[in-house]
Amino acid sequence: MKEFLEGSHAVAQIVKLCKPGVISAYPITPQTHIVEDLAQMVANGELGSQFVNVESEHSAASVVLGGSAAGVRVFTATSSQGLFLMAEVVFNIAGMRLPVVMTCANRAISAPISIWNDQQDSISLRDAGWIQLYAENIQEAVDLHLIAYRLSENKSIMLPTMVCMDGFILTHGMEAVDIPTQEDVDKFLPPYKPLYKLDPAEPLSMGLLATPDYYMETRFAIQETFKDVLKVIPALSGEFKSSFGRDYKDGLVEEYYTKDAEKVVIAMGSVCGTVKEVVDAMRKKGKKVGLLKIISYRPFPYARICEALKNVPRIAVLDKAVSLGGYAPIATEIKAAFFGKKKSPKVVSSFIAGLGGRDITQESIKEIFSKLSQKEANLEFIDLKPELLKDEYGE
Amino acid sequence: MFGPLIVRPSRSKGDKTGSWRIKVKPKFLQKNCIACKMCALVCPEGCISGKEKNTYICDYEYCKGCGLCAIVCPKADIEMVEEGSGGENK
Repeated sequence: MKEFLEGSHAVAQIVKLCKPGVISAYPITPQTHIVEDLAQMVANGELGSQFVNVESEHSAASVVLGGSAAGVRVFTATSSQGLFLMAEVVFNIAGMRLPVVMTCANRAISAPISIWNDQQDSISLRDAGWIQLYAENIQEAVDLHLIAYRLSENKSIMLPTMVCMDGFILTHGMEAVDIPTQEDVDKFLPPYKPLYKLDPAEPLSMGLLATPDYYMETRFAIQETFKDVLKVIPALSGEFKSSFGRDYKDGLVEEYYTKDAEKVVIAMGSVCGTVKEVVDAMRKKGKKVGLLKIISYRPFPYARICEALKNVPRIAVLDKAVSLGGYAPIATEIKAAFFGKKKSPKVVSSFIAGLGGRDITQESIKEIFSKLSQKEANLEFIDLKPELLKDEYGE
Repeated sequence: MFGPLIVRPSRSKGDKTGSWRIKVKPKFLQKNCIACKMCALVCPEGCISGKEKNTYICDYEYCKGCGLCAIVCPKADIEMVEEGSGGENK
């Protein structure tokens, strides 16, 4: 049944249906509503989880690490500075191969303080060994949480998943969302059975000192496992379709009018909805444009993207994050994906937009499409206000 | 694919930490022991075992000689003694 729900509330609803044994989080805008709702559910007796209040995100992440290590399903959510404070633990969770699921309500990074949306927080932690899935809308955010638990708890994967949803745009936006029934969720997501767990009756240690004799293999194993993730996501996506009716195709990317397109924008997250609007309007005027939406940023589906775009002459990559001093994060991946390929786009332009919550409007997307007709753009900032910039500060 | 992930006690590969010991080692007197298990719980190597009163003993192949067991023992039934002074078992 469809309900008109706020994004955070919808996520709290689906997490409740996944029945995590331990939830721990520290409030940070724009993630707060998610765990606030979950805390209320626990207080009301609707949800049997242990909700652990903590004094910081570092502790929240540590609590879910411990909970997961003790063999139960866990959940946490955070944002921006909170995610960075968790960073140390985030790497540990992946290193210990614990199937933690976390919602990242994407928000810009300080300084200057910005509570508004871009994707700098999760993208900065891309190397942590977490699977990262990005939602376009609230329904997708809900569904990705279900897929995330199944994926992470897969016995051959055992890696944590970060479900990324754009702060405010999705967390505080309202949308008609289909929340599945408990019965259907239980069928899709059986109780978690750990491969190994902390148990006083059968003691073991996790994440112990690895000398140079052991460390490299732990990293190689995760790298190899990500190859399996690229196979498991499409299989899960198919299973999800037969259970819940919504079709995410292979669940790695979404192709929107890319087959015959001459110009394609590659983007990730909620901005894809805006790009689709622009593509629809331009298609009506007979322009051959399209969108490639990335759902799985880690693992990055290089081969899948090359296959989808090998015949498209002009590509624009839209990044909502920067790698200061280097090329933009997604653009780097796309260029690497096509390097040395026989069939590849003639132009791969890179645009930065929407940092710190600046709206990416339909006009911004149209500008990107029109700039794609010109020579290759590299790291071009869209909707910049040059009047705020000075060459020198002070006297 | 998985790399080295977990270590079970007594299976840690060849890391016989007993070689870390310098100067002193615990001597389990086994006289006033009340089987409170505090020594076994506090041992960072998890190398102390026992069941009944006055049966607790550590595995000297892994005991690092940290002395926590001697400090925690409420009956002062564990003493730190000079290495090589004999009495491995008592």
